[in-house]
Amino acid sequence: MAVTERRGAGTLDAKAIKAEFPILERISHGKPLVYLDSANTSQKPRAVIDTITEYYERHNANLYRAVYELAEEATAMFEGARTTLARFIGAPDPSTVVFTRGTTESINLIANAWGRRFLREGDEILFTEMEHHSNIVPWQLVAEATGAVTRLVPIEDDGTLDPSKVEALLTGRTKVLAITGQSNVLGTMPALERLTASAHAAGAIVVVDGAQLVPHNPVDVATLDVDFLTISGHKMLGPTASGGLYGRLELLDAMDPFLGGGEMIMEVYPDHSTFKAPPHKFEAGTMNIAEEIGLAAAIEYLEALGMENVRNHERELTAYGLEALGAAGATVFGPKDPELRGGALSFWYKDIHPHDLAQVLDQEGVCVRPGHHCAQVLMRRLGVPATTRASFYVYNTKEDVDALVAALEKAGEFFGA
Amino acid sequence: MALDELYKEVILDHYKNPRNKREMPGAELSCSKNNPLCGDEITVFVHEDGGKVLDVAFVGQGCSISQSSASMMTEAVVGKSRDEVDERIGAFRGMMAGEVEADEDAFGELVALKGVVKYPVRVKCAVLAWDVLQEALAGVGEAEGSAPH
Repeated sequence: MAVTERRGAGTLDAKAIKAEFPILERISHGKPLVYLDSANTSQKPRAVIDTITEYYERHNANLYRAVYELAEEATAMFEGARTTLARFIGAPDPSTVVFTRGTTESINLIANAWGRRFLREGDEILFTEMEHHSNIVPWQLVAEATGAVTRLVPIEDDGTLDPSKVEALLTGRTKVLAITGQSNVLGTMPALERLTASAHAAGAIVVVDGAQLVPHNPVDVATLDVDFLTISGHKMLGPTASGGLYGRLELLDAMDPFLGGGEMIMEVYPDHSTFKAPPHKFEAGTMNIAEEIGLAAAIEYLEALGMENVRNHERELTAYGLEALGAAGATVFGPKDPELRGGALSFWYKDIHPHDLAQVLDQEGVCVRPGHHCAQVLMRRLGVPATTRASFYVYNTKEDVDALVAALEKAGEFFGA
Repeated sequence: MALDELYKEVILDHYKNPRNKREMPGAELSCSKNNPLCGDEITVFVHEDGGKVLDVAFVGQGCSISQSSASMMTEAVVGKSRDEVDERIGAFRGMMAGEVEADEDAFGELVALKGVVKYPVRVKCAVLAWDVLQEALAGVGEAEGSAPH
């Protein structure tokens, strides 16, 4: 870690970074690939691909129990990945980091292992209108099972979240505030520190969906003071099915296990079992070993870039993208101030259906995502069936935005809009 | 594949000037359905008398493929018996599955949609109105979306 040569003057050399991602050299429909779908999944640098290959070529074995050299190496690499992830998010102790396949599994783990243990009839769970389905549905399921009720926090017309709207709904009955750190549709970044303090004052825990927050911003769970933060590895240059969650140690200790099975137990008897301490209590069966080791390589890559620089780069691109899309006649949803948002730009363009638009863009080599982005509650609030979303990461350049706008204009001509 | 092989002129024409896109008060049969994948939603109305489909109309929103397919469908089935309509629906699904040779004699303008077969995600868009028509004829009324996402 601590490679500093790519640290520029507070931003990134995206062209040099792009050259380290093999897939970004490919041609799509005869055009250079312009990848603008990183909010969906990010591409992977050579360093991550090589790490996974090397793991399988040199170290592959199952963890913990085997007594041969390979297994010791695999175990050290896997637990080393946990230490790396803990450092990346400012977690005080690697034991507070549980590996999962990503944010969806993480939120389901929290909703089940914490929620079913501690929620009672009439308790309230708050989530916002801009949550991803994975921060809504697990809470609905646990509410159904426990008799707790869910409450929806409205967003403002400009796509921001007014903290006082959350605070107005916090009562003695509120037990959970489930909130995104950065909207996957609007880019909106709620005032997490203030909201966490308010929720704690009301006696609620705070679960932050970090799927979009963690890949794009410096994050420190100690400063944020959140109770849980969920992490998606594949959206931050890591492999699919990598990721995890941070949880406050006393909460992880008090929670039930999630999945039962091998590796998470201390002793098993016919009528009962005892469990390991966190984090292993939550890691049943053979884990996603290669994936988490690959995620650690992705984190080291991001640390070398510097997360402040990543944020600065994306803020610049977002400002450029907001202006370029506006000038092209697109309506962009979410905050207009790049300081208040991340680089997911969802837009509506000249009444061309997002699916038609994305199809034309694909022919130009431009990858964007059409659809509801797993945010149907938000789509209804915005009054659209779907949007087209372009999203940025470390390898994107202003030229990518220009290519997007040129492709939009082509679509406009084609559909006569 | 070039864009204009997918978006044939006739598709764009039906998209921009949809036929029979209107409410039908007093329709004997109707059904609504949405495709959560791309936000398409559609309601199909059927006026039926003496075992014959005398009028078909639709309302809703969606992409050019779903809207043009619905528009062409309303023209393709009008005046036909239930059995003939069922046969048309089956043949259209066969064309979209790539199982039935799409020739202009059998399909008329609908043959323009055969380019969609190469885009599996879009096949759902093309078939949506036809599913809704079939369910309307079966008296289903409201149907669940077919492409949960």
